[in-house]
Amino acid sequence: MTKNDQTQSSGGDVRLTGISKTYGSFTAVHPLDLTVPAGSFFALLGASGCGKTTTLRMIAGLEDPTTGTVELSGQDVTALPPYKRQVNTVFQNYALFPHLDIYENVAFGLRRRGIKSVKKQVEEMLDLVQLGPMARRKPQQLSGGQQQRVAVARALINHPQVLLLDEPLGALDLKLRRQMQLELKRIQTEVGITFVHVTHDQEEAMTMADTVAVMNGGRVEQLGAPADLYENPATTFVANFLGTSNLIEAEVVEAAGEELLLRAADTKLRLPAARCSATAGSGDKVLAGIRPEKMALAHTDDTGSLPDGHNQLPGRIKDASFIGVSTQYVIEAPGLGEISVYEQNIARDGRLVPGAEVVVHWNPAHTFGLDAAQDIAAGADLDEEAA
Amino acid sequence: MSTTEAPAPPETADAEPLPLRKTPTRKRLIPYWLLLPGMLWLIVFFAAPLVYQASTSIQTGSLEEGFKVTWHFATYWDALGEYWPQFVRSVGYAGIATALCLLLGYPLAYLIAFKAGRWRNVVMILVIAPFFTSFLIRTLAWKTILADGGPVVGALNALHLLDVTSALGITEGHRVLATPLAVVCGLTYNFLPFMVLPLYTSLERIDPRLHEAAGDLYARPATTFRKVTFPLSMPGVVAGTLLTFIPAAGDYINAELLGSTDQKMIGNVIQSQFLRVLDYPTAAALSFILMAAILAMVTIYIRKSGTEDLV
Repeated sequence: MTKNDQTQSSGGDVRLTGISKTYGSFTAVHPLDLTVPAGSFFALLGASGCGKTTTLRMIAGLEDPTTGTVELSGQDVTALPPYKRQVNTVFQNYALFPHLDIYENVAFGLRRRGIKSVKKQVEEMLDLVQLGPMARRKPQQLSGGQQQRVAVARALINHPQVLLLDEPLGALDLKLRRQMQLELKRIQTEVGITFVHVTHDQEEAMTMADTVAVMNGGRVEQLGAPADLYENPATTFVANFLGTSNLIEAEVVEAAGEELLLRAADTKLRLPAARCSATAGSGDKVLAGIRPEKMALAHTDDTGSLPDGHNQLPGRIKDASFIGVSTQYVIEAPGLGEISVYEQNIARDGRLVPGAEVVVHWNPAHTFGLDAAQDIAAGADLDEEAA
Repeated sequence: MSTTEAPAPPETADAEPLPLRKTPTRKRLIPYWLLLPGMLWLIVFFAAPLVYQASTSIQTGSLEEGFKVTWHFATYWDALGEYWPQFVRSVGYAGIATALCLLLGYPLAYLIAFKAGRWRNVVMILVIAPFFTSFLIRTLAWKTILADGGPVVGALNALHLLDVTSALGITEGHRVLATPLAVVCGLTYNFLPFMVLPLYTSLERIDPRLHEAAGDLYARPATTFRKVTFPLSMPGVVAGTLLTFIPAAGDYINAELLGSTDQKMIGNVIQSQFLRVLDYPTAAALSFILMAAILAMVTIYIRKSGTEDLV
């Protein structure tokens, strides 16, 4: 299969308008507008029960939306059954047909559309996923990673406008998952089909997707490029669910010009006004957020030599764990609770042991501001739960 | 240069082998001990009666003078020559009843497995409920249901359906009892649960996501059934048809109670040879012929349906 053939059959866009799903009194998905551009790798990220799979199933036609419409490449498909939609799904646990061999599993979609000569296409597709020699095996004779590739091949061979992936890597072990992430990304670039990927693994979403929509409680919390979401979370849920954030409760002391001056406990902090998503006038409460890897530690004795203009918080090391590339510290900051700091292991300071008095400092530009009315712990432990 | 040393081997190592060698022999015998009850069961309840019947089938003599083993294999040929119509009829009735059970049982099992939802267990109990009464009583009840003045015959007559069935030769005149229709209906009714249970078990095991996957891959509901659901339920179909056909082919109660002398099945012949004519060798020979015939048919059937690796 040459690359040109593939890129010509590029994907279509998905447009969801006011789509929602309720089961009895339970609302799985609140009315939702979402546009997935053609040819993009789009991830729906969230903990289990956040409505991401339901959203995917409504695009596939496996679930009827309670309200709203689904459009594929500008065509309203809301009323069409799955077998009439130009989308294909890679199911969680693959759902390969156990009574058919790999070849027939992959050929299934072509045969149903009345295509007689499937041999060439099936062989090319099996080559693409590097399973040519396995063609006559049954699915249960394959390893998890191989089954996963069969599931991808079985869906891709139909050149759908959109490929839907429902936690496709959930059943694989960590190492294989990393490998398949790159593999899927390679395939997507090669075939140019729109991928909509559902996952609870934030690392997976960030590695693979061009655009990530973070879902929580049946709503999209924030949508954007992975780096953008990570650097500028708009809600505490996104800040905690994507990686780890230190969220510090603070009060705006002065709101003038490009910088906000905050007071947290007895410490003054600075925050770029442009990075504060909450309305912050003098006296308002905000949450100041900083990623742990953006912070640095200094022993109290070295306070004088800290870079100018850095935000500083005094504290005591409560716990230190050596991870290899970094050391993760938990700092007890008086009046502010616990703060996580990840220090790269470049020059380790022997004095930084549990019990030591330290100063946490960081460049104020790395601070982001969030509305303090939110639950400060939202999304904090969901990642582990879902995994 | 490494300064670490491998830990020294434990000093007691030399003393160990003796007790170590003893345990494996005892362990090796455990599976055989566990097999023993099953083997005894088979010997007492299967092998011994079989051998006894085999010897009976080649005996000659009479009840008064006693039977002796005379290696009289001619009994088999005589029995087959005299009773082949009943053999053919048994296979025919059992085959039709099995086909009817499959036609009735498959949709039922499908509904229970995929559509019944929380009513699943209730419906399953309803399927098994007839087993709470005796086979004989249930068949006698059918005698009343199908009786000449009964509601079924009345309705069929009103719709002139009995004229059609009589033209087809499966009923006679304006009655249902004492006709092939009655016997086949009785067999179908009595063995239906044996069809539904294995079908349900194999359908219930099918991952509903396979149906979704088929739909996702452009298969219409009918195609999904033909290409995915039905092939995956083959173990249930094979088990169900065997569990229905085998006992139905040897059944005599339905033919006895719902049929007339013209609907006698091989089971009736064996029963009367044993209990009325008291010709034990013929009865035993007939039993063996039936067993061999069923065994041969089942073997061919399993081969044909190609589900050896699925069952």
